[in-house]
Order: sequence, then C-alpha cells, then structure tokens
Amino acid sequence: MNRTLRPLLVLPALALAGAAALMWALAAGELPVSLADALAAAFGGGEGMKAQIVRELRLPRAVATFVCGGLLALAGALMQVLLRNPLADPYILGISGGAAVGALGAITAGAAAWVIDTAAFGGALAAMLLVFGLAHGDGSWTQTRLLLTGVIVAAGCGAATTLMLALAPDVRVQSMLFWLMGDASGAARPWPALVVLAAGLALLLPFARDLNVLARGELTARALGVRVAGLRRALYLLASLLTAAAVTLVGSVGFVGLIVPHLVRLALGNDQRLLLPAATLAGGILLTVADTAARTVIAPQQLPVGVLTALIGVPVFLFLLARHPR
Amino acid sequence: MSAADGPPLLEAERLALRVGERWLCCEFSLELAPGECLALLGPNGAGKSTLLHTLAGLREPTVGEVRLGGLPYAGWPALAAARFRGLLAQQQPDHFAARVLETVLIGRHPHLGRWGWEGGEDLAIARRALADVGLAGFEQRDLLTLSGGERQRVAIAALLAQAPKLFLLDEPTNHLDLHYQIAVLELFRGLCRAPAADEAAPGRGAVMVLHDINLAARYADQVILLDGRGGVVAGERDAVLRADLLSQAFGHPLRRFEFDGRVTFLPD
Repeated sequence: MNRTLRPLLVLPALALAGAAALMWALAAGELPVSLADALAAAFGGGEGMKAQIVRELRLPRAVATFVCGGLLALAGALMQVLLRNPLADPYILGISGGAAVGALGAITAGAAAWVIDTAAFGGALAAMLLVFGLAHGDGSWTQTRLLLTGVIVAAGCGAATTLMLALAPDVRVQSMLFWLMGDASGAARPWPALVVLAAGLALLLPFARDLNVLARGELTARALGVRVAGLRRALYLLASLLTAAAVTLVGSVGFVGLIVPHLVRLALGNDQRLLLPAATLAGGILLTVADTAARTVIAPQQLPVGVLTALIGVPVFLFLLARHPR
Repeated sequence: MSAADGPPLLEAERLALRVGERWLCCEFSLELAPGECLALLGPNGAGKSTLLHTLAGLREPTVGEVRLGGLPYAGWPALAAARFRGLLAQQQPDHFAARVLETVLIGRHPHLGRWGWEGGEDLAIARRALADVGLAGFEQRDLLTLSGGERQRVAIAALLAQAPKLFLLDEPTNHLDLHYQIAVLELFRGLCRAPAADEAAPGRGAVMVLHDINLAARYADQVILLDGRGGVVAGERDAVLRADLLSQAFGHPLRRFEFDGRVTFLPD
C-alpha cells in the first residue's frame, strides 16, 4: 500500500469502528435502546427514562472508557519508545501504583468520589516526580536507571496497597478491589480526561518522526539532529500525565497499555506517526467494547472491565503473534 | 587527492580528551579535506569511539575545538549538522520489529520538515542505498529476522540515505564477512573520491574507526593512532603506519611486508 495513503485509510476506518463501539455502548444494556433513540438522546434530544439513562449514565461511561483506553494505549506506546523495551506499559514506572496508594487511602478514609479522584491524581503525580527525581539523581538519566527506579517505586506502592487492603474494614474492601481492577461505573466526569488525551496527541504528532529516530538508539538519534535529552524528558512527563489521567478516571485497567501498542505494531508497523493515533483509537475501541460487554454479558451482575480486557486482549494478541511470520 | 576548494570538511584544533581522570589523547590537530579518508586505530578502550563522537559534535572536547565545514559545532543547528555529517554507531539497537525500508528511511529525517512525509524521491534514495549495500529485495523484511552482518548493512544504508558530506564510521566492518568488508570500504572510498556533482557541493570525506590495520593501510589517506596511554600519532598514512609505532601502540610486535606494492602488517 502507498505509504502516505495508508494513514488516510487506516485512521478513518478506526474512527468509524470507534463510533460504532460508542454507539453499541449507548444502546446496549439492561434496558435496550434503539440506535436512533440512543443517538438522539446522546445529542440532547428525547425525553423520558430511556433518554435519561443514555444521557446521564451510558454516555459519560462510554466516553470515559473510550478516553481511558485511548490514554492507556497512547501512554503504553510512549513508554515502549522511551524505555525501548517491549515489556514496558503505562504502569511500569509506578504511576498507577502511586495513584492506587492515593485512591485507596481516600477510600479508607471514606472520602467522597471527587476526593478519591483527586487523591489518585495526586498520588500518580507524586510517584511521577519521585521516579523522575531519583532516576535523574546523578544526571545520567539512562534507560536502565529510569526503569529500575520506576519498578522499585512501583513495588513499594504495591506493598503499600496490599497493606491498606489488609487493614481496611470489610465494607471498604469491595470498592477498593473494584478501583484496583478498573471500574468505569463511577466515571461521571470524563471530559477533562478527553481534553488531556486530545492535547497530548496534538502535542505528540509533530514529534512522531523524532520518536521513530529515537528507536535507532540515542547516539544515532542525536547525530540525526534530534534533541534526545529534552525529547525523552517530555516523553516521560507526557506519558505519566496520560497515565495519571487514565487511572484517575477509571482505575488501573490492565493489558490495554501493553497489548494495544503491540497489536497495532504487528498490524501496521512501527511508524509512530501512524502508530500513536491508531493505538489511541484502538485502545479506546477495546476498552469501550470490553466495558459494554462487562456490564451486559451476565447482567445485572457487572464484571470489572480490567478482567474483560485481559480476556479479550490475551487471545487476540497470541493469535496475531503466532500468525506473524518471524 | 582532490583539490581542497572551500573549507576543510572537518578540523580539530589542539584537541585533547579526558574521561574521568584518564587522558585518552593529548593535544593534536587534524584537517580532513574533501575526498580524503581518515582511519582511527588503536587498542581496545583507547578512546577511538569517544574521539569519533567528539568529532561528530556529540561530546564536548576537554581541550581544543572541533570545526565542521569551517564552523564550530555551536554554530550549527542540529538538523543542518545532520545534513552535513552522519554517524554510524558501533552498535545497532533493534528491539522492535521494523521493516528494513522504514529503518533506512529514518536516515532521511534531517531532510524533511516538521510535518514532512517521505516522498517518492526519499523512497528512491532509500532503495538505492539498500542496493548499494547488497540488500536490494530486502525492503519489506523484518529487521529482527536479519543476521548481524545484514543489520549492519541496513544501518550503513540508513547512513547513505542521510547523504551527509562527512561520514563518521564507528567500526563499519563490524559483523561483515570479508567480501562486504571490502565492498563497504570501497563504497565509502568511492563516495569520497567521486567528482563533485556541482560546484556548490565539493566532495565528501570519511573518518572511520577500524581494527584491521591492513584495511586502514589500503583505504586511508590519513591515520590517527591512539596508544591507549594518551599518546597520539596523527598524519599521512605512510608516516603513521610504521611497524615500530604500531607494535608499540598495540603492545604486540608487528612486521611490515610489501607485496605487489601493497603494504601489509602481520603480527609476529
């Protein structure tokens, strides 16, 4: 396929699939709504209970899961570039660990939903600054040092999380677990995260080719005129902010940030100019579909969406990996 | 040697490098005119790569100044410098699957604007570069399925696609079999010797780190010999490639032979 035409075909196709996923999320549920009614309700039309459910429950939730999936996939793709490690995901450097400590602390204290969100975001930022400061300590800022610092901070946060779970009163443990697995049911305010996602992508796209160059190694990238040190710092901060926004919105949904960038890379290649927007859309689609399935498959029981992403993502990924000739 | 019209491609003036407490090379100067090849020789850990990175402007010299095309690196915008000089790194990091053609096209980066996308001309340049290193037909192969020597040639093709005037090559013969060692060095010497395409763009030059003294004897016009203890001998090939100097630098006795007018050094 023509190289320059490919994004013009792939991205609209993914955008259409995204729209379809969002439509399904609006229409499906315990109370089925026709597609036309759901669409009308989402844009402010329609009266009555159905329209209200679509507008006040399903729309924020669908947007939240789509945005969260997009944020995580984009952050994962960036972390893989930054650490040049195929195992990197948005949580590897302890951002979600910090958010979990903040959120669980707030849940333990019985705080209101917005306080939990704020605490999660604060925890994520604290972990981000801690890792940045420690990894930067001797001015070397190497991949290995950053990775090890992040993994250790993540382990510390994991221990703190487990401690809080062990000490928490029984009534709180259920909501703690749901937060940890990722739960979109409480996501009522997805719009700030949507702004973060759009701004992040808009900031990144002009530098996407620099990221391609970075994949050739730091030395080669510098010789090709890329300002590597600044770019890597910006990448770290941006990927961390995207992750913080995602975990604050829905919680630590697993697998999306690791698997979606790999899926897109297997299907489309490693050109970041195409990979970054495609992964964002694909992440959004995957999480929206997973969340809609999570609340409809065995309704009225709701499954944590993180479990569904793994159940969908793992076989698809293994299939693609096996099919891809080496 | 070609007539040096315009400034030299590369100058180092009273250059000295220190890493930590150790001096890698004491003060020396060099000048590389268009059309010339310079070989950097020395034992392991002598600082050949560090010196090459300094010449590439990726490291500040401890003492002295490096000038590219007559201008200190501080006066070069990063992308303009990338169009003038290119670096072949000693190791090629390949962690993710990527097509060979995509990888070679990365070399076109400094020639494209912020929003630019590789066009037909860039594609043609990349394909020609692949053909030049004997990898025609490998365009759609995955980098991770290639052998070490093939990956090295992909990296060389990416450097050719970058189309700089000054090639800085860190062990260009790494992983290459005998045939391609000669082919690659012939290729670079040919590029240096080729008559200038137009008046505004005089010929090219190369600085290469080599381990094989005999390849240096065959392809270099100038040689810089580091002895690993801070000593530097720099100059015309025949003044530097002497059995006594080489034996001392490498810490192993070497003997010089001449067959059919070609100089060869063999370890005792």
